[in-house]
Amino acid sequence: MTAFLLKRLLIGLATLVVASLVVFTVMEILPGDAAMLMLGMNASPAALDALREQMGLNQPVIMRYLNWMAGLAVGDFGRSFTYSSPVIDLIAERAVVSLPLALMALVMSTAIAIPVGLFAAARRGKTADAVAMGAAQIGVAVPNFWFALLLVYVFAVWLRWVPAGGFPGWSAGLWPGLKALILPSVALALPQAAILARVTRSAMLEVLGEDYIRTARAKGMPRRIVLWRHALRNAMIPVLTILGLQFAFLLAGTIIIENVFYLPGLGRLVFQAITQRDLIVVEGVVILLVASVIVVNLLVDLAYALVDPRLRIRA
Amino acid sequence: MSLLEIENLTLDIGGTPILKGVDLSIAEGEVMGLVGESGSGKSMTALAIMQLMPYAARASGRVTFNGIDILGASEQAMCRLRGDDIGMVFQEPMTALNPVKTIGEQVSEGIRWHTGANRADAEARARKILDRVGLPEAKFPLSRYPHELSGGQRQRVVIAIACALKPKLLIADEPTTALDVVLQKQILELLKDLVDENRMGLLLISHDLAVVADMADRVTIMRHGEVMEDGETAKTLSEQVHPYTRQLAQASMHVPARPHTTAASSKAENLLEIRNVSRDYPGRRVSLFRKGEPFRAVNDVSFSLKPGQSVALVGRSGCGKSTLARMILALDAPTAGDIRFLGDSLLGKDETALRPFRRNMQVVFQDPYGSFNPRHTVERLVSEPLHLLDGKPTPAERRERVAKALHEVGLAKADMDKYPHEFSGGQRQRLSIARAIITEPKLIVADEPVSALDVSIRAQILDLFADLNQRLGVAYLFITHDLTVARAITDEVMVMHDGRIVEEGRTGDILDHPQSDAAKALVAAAPDLHRAIAKRFQEQG
Repeated sequence: MTAFLLKRLLIGLATLVVASLVVFTVMEILPGDAAMLMLGMNASPAALDALREQMGLNQPVIMRYLNWMAGLAVGDFGRSFTYSSPVIDLIAERAVVSLPLALMALVMSTAIAIPVGLFAAARRGKTADAVAMGAAQIGVAVPNFWFALLLVYVFAVWLRWVPAGGFPGWSAGLWPGLKALILPSVALALPQAAILARVTRSAMLEVLGEDYIRTARAKGMPRRIVLWRHALRNAMIPVLTILGLQFAFLLAGTIIIENVFYLPGLGRLVFQAITQRDLIVVEGVVILLVASVIVVNLLVDLAYALVDPRLRIRA
Repeated sequence: MSLLEIENLTLDIGGTPILKGVDLSIAEGEVMGLVGESGSGKSMTALAIMQLMPYAARASGRVTFNGIDILGASEQAMCRLRGDDIGMVFQEPMTALNPVKTIGEQVSEGIRWHTGANRADAEARARKILDRVGLPEAKFPLSRYPHELSGGQRQRVVIAIACALKPKLLIADEPTTALDVVLQKQILELLKDLVDENRMGLLLISHDLAVVADMADRVTIMRHGEVMEDGETAKTLSEQVHPYTRQLAQASMHVPARPHTTAASSKAENLLEIRNVSRDYPGRRVSLFRKGEPFRAVNDVSFSLKPGQSVALVGRSGCGKSTLARMILALDAPTAGDIRFLGDSLLGKDETALRPFRRNMQVVFQDPYGSFNPRHTVERLVSEPLHLLDGKPTPAERRERVAKALHEVGLAKADMDKYPHEFSGGQRQRLSIARAIITEPKLIVADEPVSALDVSIRAQILDLFADLNQRLGVAYLFITHDLTVARAITDEVMVMHDGRIVEEGRTGDILDHPQSDAAKALVAAAPDLHRAIAKRFQEQG
């Protein structure tokens, strides 16, 4: 088990290094450097040189990469020129919105998808199955920003239960903060839940055809109990895989959703940074997103081992 | 009154009739053997008794268990019967247990459900029954998972689940078909003892007449969803009044005619030579820094094969016979030793260099269903090995060769454009043989080639193997745990045990007078129809 964990951890770290190389290279290839972006197109060559010297841009590529990495390791992501504050502070400020948003969406999509998939599988071929899967089909097909607009119209404009957008900040209290995140997280969660529900259903149907389900039924266990005790845990393995993969899409989805709802999150930060060519911020956020995807997939690997005893010894 | 009474049971699935007026009865403490070939409806009869039939199945007639009308019973009432009064054991022990639950959980679950016992009491009872089926606590604590057990051990767990609450009726659907003969004997003896101890009725479903003759008081013989004959075992199987009974009995003991058993041209050059071959597999890692002891699957094996010779490699599952076969086929490399084919070593050659060897050495696998891509035509499937030839055949040549190969195995030229699903199991095995002979090889390695087939089909396929050996002079290496196959079709037998060849010699000699313990165990465990019937008559006096 420790060997399994250690191996996964090393793979995760290696992935992070490769990702950092890719991000760094992309930034190198883009025309113009940070000094030029800061001073604008009309800056004098002397001023540019001075700033480059000051920012260490004259050093060889390898040194700059190593410096950047050394900075990342101690939490120094560099300094944003548009906000003229450390990138790490910007990220920290925005993460308190994005992190709860992503978590809420993840929990919500799982909480919707698994029961729906289970229910549809248990009633395979009946009306309930057709309705659930029809709804899932719509959920897969409709983009999340459209859901977002629909939700805003119904719950904010029409029913006036929640605000239509913006974020009051956690200093305003827990409930107002959560309230502002409800609609965005629902909009993020629904398309994910639709995919996950379909995966759950097909995984359940496959498991329900297995011999050990018949063994359990031959013991006298009623269908419902067999479904929960024997089928669900076995069906969780493909579901966990998809859940891990979906997390990356969830993060990408926050960029759109945060813009729709005017949430001051990481998605909006990176969006604004791109439009303003604040590349240091983009680099920092991207590396952070990569790291979080790696961490989530590490957790998924751990969950596999919890669900399936066969994986505990193999690695 | 009988414990179980089935009268005129008729069942269809989506309009397709599966059972047509089946009658069957089992008395308390009686063993009923239900025999038939695949598709005869024996498993469906069992599932109808359990009311665990597939979706869309409709049954009519009468099934009475202990006075309860099963077909009319509610699902709730059935849940009370299943696992408590009626237990069931299945064919495939590898998949019959939930892989994510411990054996303790799986055995005690039914006990708790039916008796309302608390966890500790249920686990104590589970412990007792596991001890009884031969899984003692020291080696098999309740916390074991199924993947930590072998096939035979898993089948014991399934039996423990079925017998935990001492049911009045036990249904065993081909309980030993997936096991080797030695395990088969152990499991059958266990079932017999459990049935005697608790005066259970046993419905033993099997395609193997010898197994049924050994176990059952009465037999029922089914075909195409109908009962052909039923009666007292020894009498029914010895008199063979019904023509189908006779056909089954004959097919199960069929020995193909092979007039010239290779005057084993002992002067001829060796076709295949195995010299001191060993194969190690790395052991499971003990900890992060220590590798486990390597496991020696094949241990210093040497033998040779002459052209046209037919040899059986017999042994229990896990004895290393399939590993050896993979090395002969150059699909795996030995850790030590040499393998020579047609006078040249197979070792250290790349795929191009191996081509002339591969075209002279083909393989037939056990499962005629899994070994074909369902989306390819027969022409494409059978012609696959032709890429091993030096020149690429033209499409016309290709079709001609496929037609010839199909003809050799008794199929029609027109079958070339069909897909695998259009063929029965026996025909598919003919297709795999056609695929094997299309390059006109000198050696065919056949890994349990008939063990997935019904007895009558199996007799035909054995005939085909014998015929090809006689006409084309192909040498065979049959890998099997079934001694009747070895006896039917081979000149010589090698007995393998724990990676070593422990005995070899002429087939008849070894099977009649085994010397080594391993060979003796195999011979003693192999079911034999004549012997079983004789024993029954003797018991009856």
